Parts: sequence; C-alpha cells; structure tokens
Amino acid sequence: MAEETRTAPAAEAPSGDRPDRGERRPPRPGGGRGEGGPGGRKYFRRKKVCKFCVEKIEAINYKDIRLLAQFVAESGKIVPRRLTGVCTPHQRRLSTAIKQARNIALLPFAGRAS
Amino acid sequence: MNRTYELMFIVRPDMVEEDQDKLISTLQSAVTSSGGQVKNVERMGKRRLAYTVRKFHDGIYVLLTVEGSGGLIHELERRLRVTEPVIKFLTVRIDEEQKRLEKIKAIRDARRKASPAPAASEAAGEAPAVTA
Repeated sequence: MAEETRTAPAAEAPSGDRPDRGERRPPRPGGGRGEGGPGGRKYFRRKKVCKFCVEKIEAINYKDIRLLAQFVAESGKIVPRRLTGVCTPHQRRLSTAIKQARNIALLPFAGRAS
Repeated sequence: MNRTYELMFIVRPDMVEEDQDKLISTLQSAVTSSGGQVKNVERMGKRRLAYTVRKFHDGIYVLLTVEGSGGLIHELERRLRVTEPVIKFLTVRIDEEQKRLEKIKAIRDARRKASPAPAASEAAGEAPAVTA
C-alpha cells in the first residue's frame, strides 16, 4: 500500500476514490499530494518526503507539542506514515514522543485537546 | 551508574506557590540525599490538560532534570505517587538521546567544515541535468 502511494506517478488512477483517501484532513506536512486534478491520469503525484529529514529536525521531543500536533489527526490518532511521508526511523521516534505526550496530558488520547 | 532523567509532573491548579516550592525542595533534598543531582528546575506554568485528570481540566506543569541512578528515580516516583496534589507524572530517560543528538551534531559540523565547496559544485552540476 505504501509503495503504491508513493511511487506510481502517472499510471495510477486519480485519487479520491480509494477508501483511505476519502476523508479530508487538515493540511499534512510533507504531503504535497493535493487534489487529483481533472486529468487524473496525467497528474503527477509529487513524491512525499520526510519532514524531519528535509528540515534536519533530529530532536523529536514529547514537549514539543506544536511539532507533534502536526502528525496527530483531529481524532487524536497518529497519522500513518503513508499519508505524511515520514520515514520509518523518524516515524518510530515520533510515535514514541506522541505517546509520551499523551501520557502527561499534553496531547489527547482521543478527540480534540480542549 | 548515573543517568539523566527528565521528571515532569503536574500538580493541581489550585496549589499555591509556596506549597509548590516546598514540594520541589523536598524532592531536591531527596535527590541529593541519595547521591543524585538536580540539574534544572523548570516551572512551565499553568496549562490546559488535553483530557480530564482527577476531575481537573488544568494543571501546573513542573519539569525537573535529574541525574542519578534508577533507584533514585524509583524513590522519586514513589514520593510523587503518595503526594496528594500531584495528579500526574512522567519520567523519561534522556541521556542516550542527548548522546545521539550530540553525535549527529558533531558529524554535521565536521561535514560542514570539510566540504562546503563540493556541495556547491554538486548543486551546480544537478541544475542543468534537471533542465535538460
């Protein structure tokens, strides 16, 4: 699934009709996915890149809520790698940090932080 | 075996400043008495909690950076658990992460010092290839 989303620039069908694409979430970092465009077939999907690799962010800390919140959906879930483009090592650190932040009530387990 | 830990805890929002001071100083004395060291105390102030904890919606966050052994941390956590105004706490070991970050930083600095020129030429070489 992940391979399919990141490679396959032109051959894939336009996005939007697949179940995991249906829901609209707030703009995603490193997304660059955008709308399918009218001429679906010719639409070139830019390859997603890891925000942490590009911006050379090494410290993923549980106190940095502003950073972590970008990778948490409205429901409080951690956004999967295939949607954000974060590379595996960074996603691992990210998920640990998010879980730590949840533990100390900086991020919600479910629902909006209110 | 000394390790560095970050000890973050939340006290109830209606706790007065003096009581907080008292609590922090007792923790500090507990640390020093068992051979540890408090490196930093940071009061992060009152914050809204992401979810309700013991029927509180806000809490006062305090962050301690402690150096010491695992037994010391065990003792500190026990203390926090029995201290009534503390509603939540989290201990995170940070020395390994710090070491990793320093290593990466050192590598980056070395690279920057060693090769500012090759990087530039590489970028120059790449540009025509893209346009072609």
